[in-house]
Amino acid sequence: MTIDSAIHVQGLAKSYDEHQVLRGVDFDVARGSIFALLGSNGAGKTTVVKSLSTLLRPDAGTASVNGFDVATQPAEVRESISLTGQFTAVDEILTGRENLVLVAQLRHLEDPGTIADDLLERFGLTDAAARKVSTYSGGMRRRLDIAMSLIGNPPVNFLDEPTTGLDPEARLEVWHAVKELAEHGTTVLLTTQYLDEAEQLADRIAILHEGRIIVNGTLAELKQLIPPAEVEYIEKQPTLEDVFFALVGDDDKYGDAGRDRSLATSN
Amino acid sequence: MTKNFFGDTAVLLKRSLRHIARSPDTIITTAIMPIAMLLLFVYVFGGAINTGSDSYVDYLLPGILLITIASGISYTAFRLFTDKQSGIFERFQSMPIARSSVLWAHVLTSLVANLISVVLVVLVALLMGFRSGAGVLAWLGVAGILGLFTLALTWVAVIPGLTAKSTDGASAFSYPLIFLPFISSAFVPTDTMPGPVRAFAENQPVTSIVQAIRDLFTQQPVGTGIWTALAWCAGILVVAYAFAMATYRRRTS
Repeated sequence: MTIDSAIHVQGLAKSYDEHQVLRGVDFDVARGSIFALLGSNGAGKTTVVKSLSTLLRPDAGTASVNGFDVATQPAEVRESISLTGQFTAVDEILTGRENLVLVAQLRHLEDPGTIADDLLERFGLTDAAARKVSTYSGGMRRRLDIAMSLIGNPPVNFLDEPTTGLDPEARLEVWHAVKELAEHGTTVLLTTQYLDEAEQLADRIAILHEGRIIVNGTLAELKQLIPPAEVEYIEKQPTLEDVFFALVGDDDKYGDAGRDRSLATSN
Repeated sequence: MTKNFFGDTAVLLKRSLRHIARSPDTIITTAIMPIAMLLLFVYVFGGAINTGSDSYVDYLLPGILLITIASGISYTAFRLFTDKQSGIFERFQSMPIARSSVLWAHVLTSLVANLISVVLVVLVALLMGFRSGAGVLAWLGVAGILGLFTLALTWVAVIPGLTAKSTDGASAFSYPLIFLPFISSAFVPTDTMPGPVRAFAENQPVTSIVQAIRDLFTQQPVGTGIWTALAWCAGILVVAYAFAMATYRRRTS
């Protein structure tokens, strides 16, 4: 199991003062898969991500990423990962392009300009490339944030609550980006508090509750944990999301980066 | 790790310098308060202050330059705090870069920003009649002392930048530093101060640093005073650097 795993976590524990955040977390993530760590606020998701990305030193347990131990080989781990944190970590004062060039330079890559231009194209940000990030919408910022994480193609990607605070349309854009990542063979560890997000994206889902993984399996396996579904007939009402997308239209969402997304303009 | 230190620091330094270039108000506001004090003390209070020197602006400038630096470094704490707050700090930390380059880039930016502010203040002082017969070596000496003083205070500023919980907290620490020159020989000779105040004024770092710069400007022999000044700067630098690095390591483990 561990040989093939992109991420291997065993007995991970971490306390802040008296408060035990992680009480022995174990899981494995297969290479090239999307693994969702599902949990409510304060369940310890961010602590897991920070431990795996060498930002926090766990009190106990072992963890390896891309075959490197996070405690003894942190430099190699950092070569293998990228972290997209809970809050978009972009430089507000630089332009979108300058942000991408900055990360490419810090990853010591050849030709940072071309890398930046390719990613701007891929994430529909070409038109906004020369604008300061402080003028970007939430969705554009998140897309830039994820684009920055892809630079250098690190084999393992951590996404900590990538869609928290985004509007539904921006959320779909992020989902699209995550799926594309996994198609390119990147291993993705995603944390989320949204059940539908885990359902949409993840190959395996683990539920983190009070510092422990209480279940871990595919969506089908998790569904079998509760009694089989009973057939009921109910009237299918459109959800508010259906209404929203019917009104604003969800096509061409990558081509028009600067579009105003407020509901008020749609009627 | 160290093989990338200079390259990574250069890349991050370029980033912070862009920040300054795009918000020049941080440099202008740094220079405005000391310039206002210079005007106030030379044209309002100065006539009533007997310093024993011909020109009060010549007497005052060294202290004003220290005040400029003390207020300038609060922007270093502010910029560091903003990076930490926005998450970009963690992004850098999770990347394969030399970790200390993140701090060094901010420190070098502080040197550049303060240099510009100091030059602005000196230009205004020249317009107000400041004159010095100092040669190139003496000016280099002044630049060296000011550079060392900036470096020392910048490392002091790194500590609140890393630990503060709010923007106000990150920059508030500099207020006492700005007022320290008032209780020194920067504005008035210490002779008229009452005993304990005088003892404090004569033995705190600002007095020896101001005196050393003044001696260099007026082509006086600097004597052993300059060593006291350099020792203060170096001492503050070493202690602040050690505390800042310890804080940095604690924050990132």
